[in-house]
Amino acid sequence: MTTADYERNMVLATDTDYKVIGTRPVRHDGADKVTGRAIYGADFDAAGLLHGKILRSPHAHAKIISIDTSKAEKLDGVKAVVTSKDFPQSESRKDQWLKDNILASDKALYAGQAIAGVAASNPHVAESALGLIEVEYEVLPPVLTTQEAMASNASILHDSLTTEELGEDTGVVSNVASHSQHVKGDISKGFEDADVIIEREYNTKTVHQGYIEPHNATALWSPDGRLHVWCSTQGSFVVRDSLAELLDLPVSMVRVTPTEIGGGFGGKIPIYVEPVAALLSRKTGAPVKIVMSRRETFEASGPTPGSQIKIKIGAKHDGTLTAAYAWMAMEAGAYPGSPVGAAVQCVFSTYDVENSTIDGFDVVVNKPKTAAYRAPGAPNAAFGAEQAINELAEKLGMDPIELRLKNVAKEGTRRPDGPVFGKIGAKEVLEAMRDHPHYQSDKAEGTGRGVSIGFWFNIGFDSACNIAVNKDGSVNLTEGSTDIGGSRTSIAMHAAEVLGIPVEDVRPSVVDTDTIGFTAVTGGSRTTFATGWAAYEAAQDVKKQCIERAAKIWDVDANGLQMEDGVISSKSDSELRMTFKELAEQLSDTGGGISGSASVNPSGVGGSFAGNIADVSVDPETGKTTVERFTCVQDVGKAIHPSYVEGQMQGGSVQGIGWALNEEYFMNDEGTMTNSSLLDYRMPTSLDLPMIDTVIVEVANPGHPFGVRGVGEANIVPPTPTIANAIYDATGKRMTQLPMSPGAILSVSPE
Amino acid sequence: MALVFIPSLMQNLSNGEQRVSVEGANVRQIIDNLDSMFPGFKNRLVEDGRVKPNISVAIDGEITPLGMIEKVTEDSEVHFLPAISGG
Amino acid sequence: MPAKTYVQTTINGEHVDFLCEPRQSLLECLRDEIGLTGTKEGCNDGNCGACTVNIDGRIVTSCLVLGVEAEGADIETIEGVADGSNLHPLQLAFLENAALQCGICTPGFIISSKALLEQNPNPSEHEIRFWLANNLCRCTGYDKIVRAVQDAAKRLQEA
Repeated sequence: MTTADYERNMVLATDTDYKVIGTRPVRHDGADKVTGRAIYGADFDAAGLLHGKILRSPHAHAKIISIDTSKAEKLDGVKAVVTSKDFPQSESRKDQWLKDNILASDKALYAGQAIAGVAASNPHVAESALGLIEVEYEVLPPVLTTQEAMASNASILHDSLTTEELGEDTGVVSNVASHSQHVKGDISKGFEDADVIIEREYNTKTVHQGYIEPHNATALWSPDGRLHVWCSTQGSFVVRDSLAELLDLPVSMVRVTPTEIGGGFGGKIPIYVEPVAALLSRKTGAPVKIVMSRRETFEASGPTPGSQIKIKIGAKHDGTLTAAYAWMAMEAGAYPGSPVGAAVQCVFSTYDVENSTIDGFDVVVNKPKTAAYRAPGAPNAAFGAEQAINELAEKLGMDPIELRLKNVAKEGTRRPDGPVFGKIGAKEVLEAMRDHPHYQSDKAEGTGRGVSIGFWFNIGFDSACNIAVNKDGSVNLTEGSTDIGGSRTSIAMHAAEVLGIPVEDVRPSVVDTDTIGFTAVTGGSRTTFATGWAAYEAAQDVKKQCIERAAKIWDVDANGLQMEDGVISSKSDSELRMTFKELAEQLSDTGGGISGSASVNPSGVGGSFAGNIADVSVDPETGKTTVERFTCVQDVGKAIHPSYVEGQMQGGSVQGIGWALNEEYFMNDEGTMTNSSLLDYRMPTSLDLPMIDTVIVEVANPGHPFGVRGVGEANIVPPTPTIANAIYDATGKRMTQLPMSPGAILSVSPE
Repeated sequence: MALVFIPSLMQNLSNGEQRVSVEGANVRQIIDNLDSMFPGFKNRLVEDGRVKPNISVAIDGEITPLGMIEKVTEDSEVHFLPAISGG
Repeated sequence: MPAKTYVQTTINGEHVDFLCEPRQSLLECLRDEIGLTGTKEGCNDGNCGACTVNIDGRIVTSCLVLGVEAEGADIETIEGVADGSNLHPLQLAFLENAALQCGICTPGFIISSKALLEQNPNPSEHEIRFWLANNLCRCTGYDKIVRAVQDAAKRLQEA
């Protein structure tokens, strides 16, 4: 391990003129979370609670001939059994797919797919009842990879699935759900102009988000017709809307209370057990709780896809990129919807290339329906593209960071998918990497060094926030974004900055769907950006009202007043001065309380770039890779709470390291996952890792009042190619498959 | 007139044209006018009076959350892209 | 339904007795019978460490202990780490070093780290990483957790 003779966690701040933004307060929910008092989904309890369990298909591909639940229903302690027949009729094919992923109707399309749910007085009885449900299957051959699924003689998963091309149904029945394409310039001419061309195919395996808390939900379908669900979710409103759609209810008849959540990384956006708990509650009249096991979490929630990626890039002798081509096929899992559409938009976005063509294919296979995972699709794409760039640098005899800088996208660069970039920080990230003590140092004996950079768009979407002033000068802030990593505090910091009060005087609460305006998921790196923005606007609303109230109290014109650093004062009369706290005390007597609110759906999201430098050693005998040193550099626009920004960068880096070196779904020929435990699905432990150094780069996003860019996702994009490039540097082996496990490394010959 | 970039997979509708100048002060008018120049675009882009959920519209480099009512200026660039979300 | 067994234990310094079925794990008993839900379930097969508790001075994953085996045991859970309303130096260090994001693994990490510092008040980075390798965290990448334990060690030595 290296001794630190430099700042391990740097902040290259551009704007420091803030009182609260950029500080590192203790999070508001901290005490509850270090004392065990915070209530997560599985901790929720209710009087008369029943426990639900789910029977799952042992087959990856099978027709369901019959389901007989009669014996299970008779078991002592069993209160209800439900199957897909308990859902209302579907109106569309897509609607039916959503339901089939919750409880299969005519076909099981992956091993682990839910078939029936049981509610009983305790979980052990429910578990026993599952064994009494008799299901007759007609087993079909499974299709497990994009190569198999796209073959001309492939077994077809959905007879009704036809390929779509950007809004057009081609009418061709296939396992290819959609084809997307982006063309810029003339790719043939680009390759003709190239002096050097790099071309390779890369393959990656299915991996899981690996959140430590399994999926869970408790549902109570009240006799008044309202459904109330308590669950761990990244988006309570998404759960509400999905339940309403599946159960054919108006959204106002569903209330979702988000509990504390034990990680998600995209995987807790879709619903799985919630509708089953709801159907069981409707049948029993009692609250029903379902908690997935770890095995169920692996086999029956949504991982991120395995993929097949072909990359071809060309450049002049001087390093100018002339052409870039990518062909990507991603496993959607059992139903359409892989992240290939995002991957095609990210794969070459770091670079200003005149000619590019990118094709993407969304392919159904007999695996769990994929869900989002941190910058979905982008890490797969970068694994190929960013290795190709390093190969090119080697062929050209150029430093890999200098080659990237020579071609880097900037404000005004036309992206391969068409639009022109606004203000971005790719160049600044690369420069910070180049200048970092890590890159400037000599490699240790026997180690290899790799670099790469990755891009993620980030998203905006709806967020709402209410702020009410308390008479002691504090404020209550309510919002609807699941706090998955300290966002209560980063959002509260927006309000504190505007009002000029300490962040400890803001009391943030994440509330249920009856209590706040529509708020989209905690995902897409949007929470601090968009809900923070809503808090900024709500605080501005409060501030305006405070000034108006002071004007009323002093009987002066509000235009002559200002509020700064928590003090309301007259611009002309120094006698007229009152703190926010002094005003708060007298609100009731001067016209009533003050509360502000805002709902936003901002554009101007501002994408984020993250880059890595990694040093690795590879044991020549065992093939085991050890990460000796790792640095993550990311443009975050403005770090609201730098400690939690570093936490995102470190966490994303380590997930990427796990993806690079260990993690994969081992599927047997029948399509069953054979490593569905945390022992066998080997995620990184503390012992596998060095400290993760960070550099926060701040290229302010002009689209946000404090310059924020979302930080949650871009950091998982560069680790896999960075480690691959480092392994190549250490061993001469070009790794084209993930994971780069010891066996995989031993099986490849040096170039 | 705004410059509409025709996605490669829709250029069968525009007789191979990659960029088309289209009149319109908002996305709705742009799509309507594009559809009268090259019939079929509206069907590909619009469902129930709204931009299809799997398509995003970008005006001058920014994905718009406003869909059909987003304003378009004389020198705007308009792109139709696959919609993405995130984790 | 199987007959229940009467179990007497000491939990966080208090005498606690409960009834449990022979098949119930200690984790299940703590959470569902006694109401101490601070101990978390991440895998129920001993691999994630979220359910770590201290029994008679040894840290164990409570999902791999049967409730009936706890007869006569002295058990410490996350609920017993703070001294009344005063947080333990480890809890303070976790908060001030931002060593948690979602927080689901935090109870297990704090119980494990506390046992480490009781045995080895001044552990090296490697010793911390080795000791905590049975506790999985998916959010933080461990950097800030290791630093929090180092910080807590310093606080405890200065106290």
